[in-house]
Amino acid sequence: MSWKQLGGATLAFFVLAAQASPEPYPSTYHAQSSAPVLIRNATVLDGTGRRLDGADVLIRDGKIVEVGTALPQGDATTIDAKGRWVTPGLIDVHSHLGVYASPGINATDDGNEATDPVTAGVWAEHSVWPQDPGFATALAGGVTTMQILPGSANLIGGRGVTLRNVPATTYQAMKFPGAPQGLKMACGENPKRVYGERKQAPSTRMGNVAGYRQAFADAEDYQHQWQKHEAEVAAYEKKKAKDRDPAEQPVPPKRDLRLETLVAAMQGEVQVQVHCYRADEMAVMLDLAQEFHFKIAAFHHGVEAYKIADRLAQEGVCGALWADWWGFKLEAYDGIWENLAYVDAPKDGCAIVHSDSDEGIQRLNQEAAKAMSRGQRADLDIPPERAIRWITSNAAKALGIAGRVGTLEPGKMADVVVWNRDPFSVYALPDLVYIDGALAFDRNHPPATPRSDFLLGQPGVAR
Amino acid sequence: MKRLRIVALLQLFLVTLGLAAPAHSQDVLIRNARVHTLTAQGTLERADVLVRGGRVVEVGSGLAAAGAHVIEANGRPLTPGLFGGITGLGVVEIELESSTVDRSALVGSGASGPGFVPRPEFDVTPAFNADAAVIGVNRAEGITFAMIAPSASGTLFAGQGAVARLDGSDSPFIAASRTQFLDMGPSATDGIGFSRGAQFMLLEQATREALPGKPLQAGDVRLLTPTGREVFARYLAGGRMAFAVDRAVDIRQVLEFAARHGVKPVIVGGAQASQVASLLARSKVPVVLEPLLALPGTFDQLGASMENAAQLQRAGVPILFTHFSAGTNQAHKVRQGAGVAVAHGLPWDAALAALTSTPADVFGLGAEAGRIMPGSPADLVLWSSDPLEVTSVAEQVWIGGKAQSMRSRQTELRDRYRPTGLTSGPVAPTPRE
Repeated sequence: MSWKQLGGATLAFFVLAAQASPEPYPSTYHAQSSAPVLIRNATVLDGTGRRLDGADVLIRDGKIVEVGTALPQGDATTIDAKGRWVTPGLIDVHSHLGVYASPGINATDDGNEATDPVTAGVWAEHSVWPQDPGFATALAGGVTTMQILPGSANLIGGRGVTLRNVPATTYQAMKFPGAPQGLKMACGENPKRVYGERKQAPSTRMGNVAGYRQAFADAEDYQHQWQKHEAEVAAYEKKKAKDRDPAEQPVPPKRDLRLETLVAAMQGEVQVQVHCYRADEMAVMLDLAQEFHFKIAAFHHGVEAYKIADRLAQEGVCGALWADWWGFKLEAYDGIWENLAYVDAPKDGCAIVHSDSDEGIQRLNQEAAKAMSRGQRADLDIPPERAIRWITSNAAKALGIAGRVGTLEPGKMADVVVWNRDPFSVYALPDLVYIDGALAFDRNHPPATPRSDFLLGQPGVAR
Repeated sequence: MKRLRIVALLQLFLVTLGLAAPAHSQDVLIRNARVHTLTAQGTLERADVLVRGGRVVEVGSGLAAAGAHVIEANGRPLTPGLFGGITGLGVVEIELESSTVDRSALVGSGASGPGFVPRPEFDVTPAFNADAAVIGVNRAEGITFAMIAPSASGTLFAGQGAVARLDGSDSPFIAASRTQFLDMGPSATDGIGFSRGAQFMLLEQATREALPGKPLQAGDVRLLTPTGREVFARYLAGGRMAFAVDRAVDIRQVLEFAARHGVKPVIVGGAQASQVASLLARSKVPVVLEPLLALPGTFDQLGASMENAAQLQRAGVPILFTHFSAGTNQAHKVRQGAGVAVAHGLPWDAALAALTSTPADVFGLGAEAGRIMPGSPADLVLWSSDPLEVTSVAEQVWIGGKAQSMRSRQTELRDRYRPTGLTSGPVAPTPRE
C-alpha cells in the first residue's frame, strides 16, 4: 500500500469520523458480575403486556433467561417472591438528574445553556454530576435506566444521554453502551419567554418555528457540503495513484457541532425528543419533522396529547406524559388525568410516564397507577400488565433501546424490580432492584453510607 | 351493577339537591360507610352519618331520618374533607401568568429595592376568588379547606393568610385561622441580600416597633408602616405565625423568638425538623411538611428524608402536609404524599389526621372540625376506596352538608375528548430498535 493510498484511507476515515464518530466520550460502563438468581412465585408483569401469576424469573450472566412456572433452580440463588410482584426495571425518558442536581444551587445549575436559542452542539452528558444524590433515590424507586436531557429554555437545547443507574465516579461509567443520543427541542412558552424577555428572537411562537426551520435549513446546507466533499473524495480516490496531486486532495469542511447534531437527527442517528404541551403545536412540529425529514420519537409533557391521540398513534410518535401536572402555565392549562390512558387507547398508541422531576422519578409506578385508575374510570380497559408498559417497554422504545431493556424477554438485560406488593399502589416499594443481573438495591439491607460523595459525612444524613 | 346503581343515585342526588338547593341544605343520611371519625371512636364499619343544617348531627348504626336524602355507601370510606395545605388556591390561577397571581404585596423589584418596607399588614384574603377553576379541580379531588397564604419569597414578612372552606360561598374564611407568614432562610437571603442573622435582626426590630410600651422616638428609623405595626402587634399578642424554615438551627431560633414574645409558631417546611423533634414536641409546635421530600433541594435541607413525617409523629409533634413542589393547582397531591408517608412508617390513622383533624386544630377551626362527630361541619368525602391510595378517587364531596359538583374544567375536557372506541387497542409486539 503506497502512502497515497494510505492517505486516502485515512481521509475516508476522517470523513466518517467527523460526521459520525464511532463513539466519542465512549461508555466505560461494565455490568457487575453476578451469580444466577431465580425469583420464585411472583406476580410478573413482563413489560410486553403479559401478566403471569405464580411465575419464576431466571437471571443468568446479567441476562433474562426465562420467565415461566416451576423453573429448575440449578445453581441459582433463590428469592422467594410469594406475594410480591416483579417488573422490568423502570425507565425514565425525561430526567435532569445530574444536570440539575441536588442541592439546586448556582453551582449545580447546569441544565440549560440559555445563551442562544439553538445550542444543538451541547451535550447534556457533559453537565452530568454523577454525585447527584437523586440517582440513589431514583434507584430506590426502581429506576434502572434514564435519559438525561438538557432543559427547555432553547428551541434546540442539545443532546441527551441515556444512563444506567449505577454508582460511578464518571458519567462515562454510567453511559448506556450503544444507546443512541437524544436531541432535545422545545415548543411554546419557554423559549419565547426566555429570549423574548431579552428582546431577542424568538419572542413569539412564529419566531420559535422560524428558529427551528432556519437551524434545519442550515443543517441541510451543511449536509450538502459534506456530501459534496465525500463526492470529491470519491472522485479523487478513483484517480490512478500517479494522477493524484496531493495539493488537490479535497479538504473537508470545518466541523460545526451544532449542525452536526441536526444532521444526525435528519439521518436518524439520534432520537428526537420534543418538549411540547399544546396539541396544535405538536401538529406544527410534526409538519416541521416532515419538512426536514426527521422523525420525532416522543413529545414530552404533551399535556394536550389526548386531543391528537389518534394522530400520534398513526405517526408512531410516543407521548411522554405526567399523570396530573397541569395549570402552572397556560400551555399546561388543559391537563386531564386521563391523558395517558387516552394516548394509550388507539391501536399502536404509545403512552409513557415521564418525570422531569427528581421527586417524580422516585414514584413512576404511582404516576402510572393514577393514570391507569382514571383511565379505567373512563371505561378504558387498562389492566396493570398493560399500564406497566408506560414505564418500561414504551419508554425503551422512545429511547431506541427496546431491543435490550424494557421487558423480561429472554436475552434482555436483566434489569428487574421485585416489589413488596402490587406496584400500582401508593404503599408499594421496591424490595430489590437488579441492574444487568447484579443486585443494585436492597431495601431491607440499605448501604451503611450514602452513595453520593456529597452526602458523605454531612450532619443529619443517616443513609 | 352495584357501582352503576350508586352512581345513578348520586347523580339523582346532585340533580335534586346539589344543583337545586341553595342556602339551606336538606338532611343527608349517608348509610353503611366505613366512617373515619378522627375521634376516639376511630373507624366505624357500616356506620351511618346524619347531616342536618350543614352539620353532622348523629353518627351510629341504623339511623333513619324522614325526608333525608339517602346515600348508600356500601362500605366505602367516608372521611372529613381534606386540607389542601399552604396554598394559593383562589389567588393563583396560573403561576406563570402574573395577571392571575395575587399572592404578594411586593410585585416586581419591590422586594430588593433600597426603599423596601416590610408589609406584615398585607392580607391575601380579599383577592380570594371562590369560583376559580383551580378550586373546582381540587375540590373534586376531596380538598375542602386550605390555608390561603401569601407568598413573597425574599421579603421576610410575607403577610397574612387564613383558612378558607372551598364551598364557593362569599364568606369562606375562618377568622380564628388568621396567620402571619414569615419567609426565612435561603430564599429571603436571595431576595434582599439578607443574611439569616439579618432576618432575625429585622424580626426583632419590627417586634420592638410594634410592641406596646416601647414608643418610637422622633428620628427613629422605622421598619414598618403604622398599619404594619398595628397588625404585627396583634400577632405578637398570642397570634399565630408561620415560619418557613428548614434547618434545625433556624427552627431553634424561631422557637426562642416565639417563646420570648409569646407567639404561637407553626413551622412550614422543616426538612431537618426531626433533628429537633423532642424540642418541637415539648413546645407543642406543629410542622407543615412536604412528605415527598427525600432530597436536599438546598443546603438547608441536608438530611431530608422520607421518614421525617414518621419520626416527628413518633416524637409527638403535630404534623400537617402540604405539597410545595408542584404549586397550587396540584394541592390535591397532599393525599398521595400522605400515602407515601405511610409507606415510610407513618401510621395510617396519623396520616389521615395530618390531612384533617390536625390542620383543623392547628388553625383554630374548632374542636369538631376535621372530624366526623355530632357538631362537626358536614365537610365530608365519600371515597371509591382507601382514601390515601392513588388509585382511589373522591366520589362525592359535601361542604356544609351541600353536595359539591364533581365536575370541573378537567372533567369537561375529559368528556369532550373521550376516545370513541371504549376498549384499549391491542398491545403491539415489543418493538425492536
